[in-house]
Amino acid sequence: MTILGISGSLRRDSHNTRALRAAADYVGDGVALEVWDGLKAIPPYDEDDDAPTAPAAVVELRSAIAGADAVLFATPEYNASIPGQLKNALDWVSRPLATNELRNKPVAVIGASTGLFGAVWSQAELRKVLKTMGARVVEDGVSVTSAPSRFDDDGKLVDEELCVQLEAVLGRLVGETRTRVETGDQAVVAA
Amino acid sequence: MSTTELSTLAPAGTWRLDPVHSTIGFEIAYLAGTFKGEFREVESTLEIADDGASLSGAAGVASVDVKDENLAAHLQSPDFFDAERHPELRFAAERIALDGETVSVDGEITIRGVTKPVTVTGTATPALSDPYGGERVGFALGATVDRTDFGIDWNLPLPTGGPALADEVTIVAELQFVKAD
Repeated sequence: MTILGISGSLRRDSHNTRALRAAADYVGDGVALEVWDGLKAIPPYDEDDDAPTAPAAVVELRSAIAGADAVLFATPEYNASIPGQLKNALDWVSRPLATNELRNKPVAVIGASTGLFGAVWSQAELRKVLKTMGARVVEDGVSVTSAPSRFDDDGKLVDEELCVQLEAVLGRLVGETRTRVETGDQAVVAA
Repeated sequence: MSTTELSTLAPAGTWRLDPVHSTIGFEIAYLAGTFKGEFREVESTLEIADDGASLSGAAGVASVDVKDENLAAHLQSPDFFDAERHPELRFAAERIALDGETVSVDGEITIRGVTKPVTVTGTATPALSDPYGGERVGFALGATVDRTDFGIDWNLPLPTGGPALADEVTIVAELQFVKAD
């Protein structure tokens, strides 16, 4: 089983990207978490540019999502909402809406911030967007507050409570993905 | 109210749905009006005995028919009916009461994998001979349920307050059955 990790932050030392990488420790046996790093290359959404062939960076993103069994998002919070570049990327992925690659795909959202709220508003907004796209959204999230103090020099999450929450969210995400297979849909999951 | 058996309206036997001339759909208050949709793939069987009757039916969630493909996709998604995990709406009843041409059906409805008791009411058209050599009986039925009882709780807040979509939804069924034997 492969989980695609998508960080909403472009910054090299992003706490959210760090949280995604830390999440790899909690996915369980037989599950790989692959962090996608192509967000910066996604052009502004323009329906005129989606035909006959979408821009290469968009094709790569759609393909990465299609090839994954589930997606884990880590989002910062900009002005109480989702970073524009992440929303822009999802706008590309969402077309055509009725058949987009996130439709029925199990997804979960976590978030990190330097403040005391851990991107809770942004996480809620991202879940709303993902539900509208037709994704199977795990309701629980993880809010990494005061992010600079939550990781060690190796990028490992050192806050015990956050580790428990992250493990729980990933457990639900993996569970939803396995259920999706067991209920007989078309997803192909390699153990 | 004095009830009689359904066999006073139509002869005993197995009756199969004519899906082309039948409709199973829903009506729900949305914004400034009532939004309606239906399911194109439906099946139902009516069994009439001298001393009772049973009715069962199903509708394919993936066949939900509304006037926009993106809306249809949203209705099939986990936000609403979750067609992938719960591909059918189902109804089953072992008790049908008849009072004149008024029917009352006590049964169970299953939406999004959740089964709840429901009373369906409406009218019946007594059996008649159709031009094709068959015998037909018809029903116009409806039942109101709270969609949130079945885990369908999507909504949007209106700018002036209150929700865009009502919780109460009416399931409507216009059913024509043809006698099978």
